[in-house]
Amino acid sequence: MRGDQLPRGTPGGATPSQTAGPFVSIGTAWAAGRDLAQEGDPGSIVLTGTVLDGAGAPVTDAMLEFWQADRNGRFPATPATTWTGFARVLTDEKGRYRLTTCRPGPVSSTNPDLVEAPHIDISIFARGLLQRLITRAYFDDEPSNKEDPVLGSLAPDLRPRLLARCSSGSLPVAANALPMYHFDIHLQGDQETVFFAPW
Amino acid sequence: MNSLDPAMTTNGVGVAPDPPYDYAPYRSTHLRAPKMPLQRLPAGAADRYGPVFGPFPIGPTDNDLTAGQPGAPLGERIIVAGRLLDQAGKPVRQQLVEIWQANAAGRYWHQMDRHPAPLDPNFTGAGRCLTDDDGRYRFVTVKPGAYPWQNHAKAFRPAHIHFSVFGTSFVERLVTQMYFPGDPLLEIDPIFQSVRDRAAAERLVSKLDLSTTMDNWALGYTFDIIVGGRAATPPDP
Repeated sequence: MRGDQLPRGTPGGATPSQTAGPFVSIGTAWAAGRDLAQEGDPGSIVLTGTVLDGAGAPVTDAMLEFWQADRNGRFPATPATTWTGFARVLTDEKGRYRLTTCRPGPVSSTNPDLVEAPHIDISIFARGLLQRLITRAYFDDEPSNKEDPVLGSLAPDLRPRLLARCSSGSLPVAANALPMYHFDIHLQGDQETVFFAPW
Repeated sequence: MNSLDPAMTTNGVGVAPDPPYDYAPYRSTHLRAPKMPLQRLPAGAADRYGPVFGPFPIGPTDNDLTAGQPGAPLGERIIVAGRLLDQAGKPVRQQLVEIWQANAAGRYWHQMDRHPAPLDPNFTGAGRCLTDDDGRYRFVTVKPGAYPWQNHAKAFRPAHIHFSVFGTSFVERLVTQMYFPGDPLLEIDPIFQSVRDRAAAERLVSKLDLSTTMDNWALGYTFDIIVGGRAATPPDP
């Protein structure tokens, strides 16, 4: 008879967050490391960087989750679609992450006046974080950043902290190499990343 | 400046139940909790309402942490079951629930866990399942042990199981921990105590449940999870 007499839920009282702890990989690695695009796909990019703590030390035990629109700026309409817009990556022993994905298009919303510049949402879970952190990676070579309402809502000195920087122009790379965008996440410090409330 | 203090923010329902990022008794927050206030996203941003987890394959025994090894794990076999609900009390259907935990001796199957307690070759401590159409999930596992950690002198974590759940939208993503009723370590655990609202903290404690218990086999505990406390209704565009 198990399950049949479980108490009903109590609306109005949400379950609080707790830290994912240092061993988050045990339960989550099975679904980590799946890219959202293949290297050969046209328009693919790499988003990569390092997660750093307030002492500048790499955060080697973090789980990052990415959520983004497709090339046309649309989020998947149902969970059953093949392309989910969702990816999970565990940081490595140097605190690094790497995701091969497509560059999203500009995102429309329920508000027709609100069109957001292309960006990728990132949630960070780790030991020492009692709730997840949420940030966004924008693209430093994207002209529509100037009209983006989120970037525009920030103090000017904070806006560059949300820009992923394209390195293809400054490094010797093979002709067929993917555009690579660098986005480090600083949990603290004078370059602390801009984090968002989830609601 | 479009910023807010998470501890002071209400959503029309009440003060958000989540712990603050900056909570000094939990030492790992010192270099990891952000110091700047959180920023607010614009009302109507599309990102917040979509589903976030795709159709990953879940095996039929992935919710049984005592299965899949040559022998049975040591320790007290238990059943942990409950419902995944949204803020309105509606079931969250066909969504992913993941758990991970220490073994009965309080040791994780992880190379960075140096606690000198025995590993159990029959227990890796990871499980997952999808909720059914009534939002129910169910795991078979062993009761995890308490274990020491480096937070302060004689610090021991209360027995707990880590839970990771997806709601139906980005705002409902939740990672938390489930505790066991009557555990005296809860009163001195900085992570449990970081939830300053006592009623909210109590929602992290499972309940012994005879209807989930299976006769001559395993005690049952219920743990309902309610997501989306900070987003009772989507804001008007």
